[in-house]
Amino acid sequence: MPEPSLLDDLYRDILMDHYRAPRNRGEIIAPTCSADGANPLCGDTVRVEVQLGDDHITDISFSGSGCSISQASASMMTEFAKGRSVAAALEGVEAFQQMMVTAQAPGLDGFDDIEALIGVAKFPARVKCASLAWKTLAQALLDESSAPATTDERTAAHG
Amino acid sequence: MTLVLDTTSTHLPFDIARIRRDFPILKREVAPGVPLVYLDNAATSQRPVQVIASITRYYRDHNANIHRGVHTLSVESTDMYEGERAKIAQFINAPDAREIIFTRNTTESINLVAHAWGRKFLQAGDEVVLSEIEHHSNIVPWQMLRDERGIVLRFIPMLPDGTLDLDEARRLIGPKTKLLSVTAMSNALGSIVPLTDLIAMAKAEGATVLVDGAQSVPHMAVDVQALGIDFLAFSGHKMLGPNGIGVLWGRLDLLDAMDPFMGGGDMILTVTLDRSTWADVPAKFEAGTPDISGAIGLGVAVDYLAALGMDAIRKHEIEITDYALRRLADVPGLSIFGRPNAQERGGVISFELEGIHPHDVGQVLDTHGVAIRTGHHCAQPVMAALNVPATARASFYLYNTTEEVDALVDALEQTNAFFGTGR
Repeated sequence: MPEPSLLDDLYRDILMDHYRAPRNRGEIIAPTCSADGANPLCGDTVRVEVQLGDDHITDISFSGSGCSISQASASMMTEFAKGRSVAAALEGVEAFQQMMVTAQAPGLDGFDDIEALIGVAKFPARVKCASLAWKTLAQALLDESSAPATTDERTAAHG
Repeated sequence: MTLVLDTTSTHLPFDIARIRRDFPILKREVAPGVPLVYLDNAATSQRPVQVIASITRYYRDHNANIHRGVHTLSVESTDMYEGERAKIAQFINAPDAREIIFTRNTTESINLVAHAWGRKFLQAGDEVVLSEIEHHSNIVPWQMLRDERGIVLRFIPMLPDGTLDLDEARRLIGPKTKLLSVTAMSNALGSIVPLTDLIAMAKAEGATVLVDGAQSVPHMAVDVQALGIDFLAFSGHKMLGPNGIGVLWGRLDLLDAMDPFMGGGDMILTVTLDRSTWADVPAKFEAGTPDISGAIGLGVAVDYLAALGMDAIRKHEIEITDYALRRLADVPGLSIFGRPNAQERGGVISFELEGIHPHDVGQVLDTHGVAIRTGHHCAQPVMAALNVPATARASFYLYNTTEEVDALVDALEQTNAFFGTGR
């Protein structure tokens, strides 16, 4: 018999809600910074555009294509980041990566919905789907290089 | 009394239950009560006990380095390794066992040709004709050579049904064409390439022909002499053999004329501090200690395939594919890429389920024990031509059954139900 409970753990209602009705999907008119991310092994792509004002994220959007987990995670990421300071957003990125490794809720303010993605940690092959938009946000904010973000486990420190 | 051997029917009967007993992994469960349904054979095949045992036996009883020692083990290892070469030559009807070069895989075989033949015989402006349905392994080595040498790459386009545009091929293949390098079967879509037509076009222009046989050699009879080609590349792991062993077959005169691929031990005749001279084919292309147990395992895999007969294997796969095409057509929201007729394709079916990303399809299928591949299948130009980011792909082999196709269809219906998109 299949194990629906395991699947239900991965595809939580809140995740499916973000997948079917993504928040902040599209482009913003005059982004301060942006970054493109890709999972070269699956072909998932995401673009994150950010408008900054007074060191805060005043607007944010994502676009691209991918599975339900990558798209829902991107949607949740934009909801979390919007209105937060750059430092707080980067703290969120770090907390998300930790959550994917430890499968423990970070207990961070504004992370309630996002904790629905904890189930992904049990599916190592899907961690990179969930992480893509978060790494891309960090890339946009840090604007370190023009190289696209990647969650390719062959090169990235965290799958 | 004389025993008369029946030479017309030397093959074992195609007994699927008996075949499945040779593959212990097919009995495993992916979770308690969830049996494995392995439908990812275009990525890699499973291995029969005969192959697995041959590797153990080699290390247990014979292991030594080859071509080096006078001692018993080295002689035995050398004989075993070289013996497999002859067996593989016979399997693809190569006229000479020296034409079989052991590599790691198809990718390395193609890189060997790009490096050792391409660098020596291709000049700036020379054209290499590929197709849009190639695996990345038959695109990237040529792009690297283009960037280094200024050769020109031409791509035979794919038609919407996953077949190649032969009219365009006729226009692309011309006097400047020095090499045609094409797959025999698309790994992403299962399309069988009309090699005979393409080879005739290339040969009319005096071009050299390389065939990527990664998807064809495991699944159908391939005869390099009947095809009239110059190089054939294939991998052991997709044809019941071990990982890490592959083959490049090349015409002896071409191999003789080529420079080595890598330098090192085993590929030299003499070495001084100033210079070295090369060993003869095939040693010239096999620098360093090779994958001896891999070659032995591949030889046993070839024995296994030959005992069943490639025509019987192909017939079985056509039956399974035909059954799968008909059953999948009834799954709501499912559309299949490529030709609708099982005769025109290998045992590979790429599909999408409307409104559900292939990764999500693959995830739900896994909870039902059904292993398929999702993604771009190392054929991003095919995905671009189909205008999809990825597909789900089921691929069959000699041990798959119609019951396993039923399990796939059931799991896909459950996927629709799970995502609430069952129409």
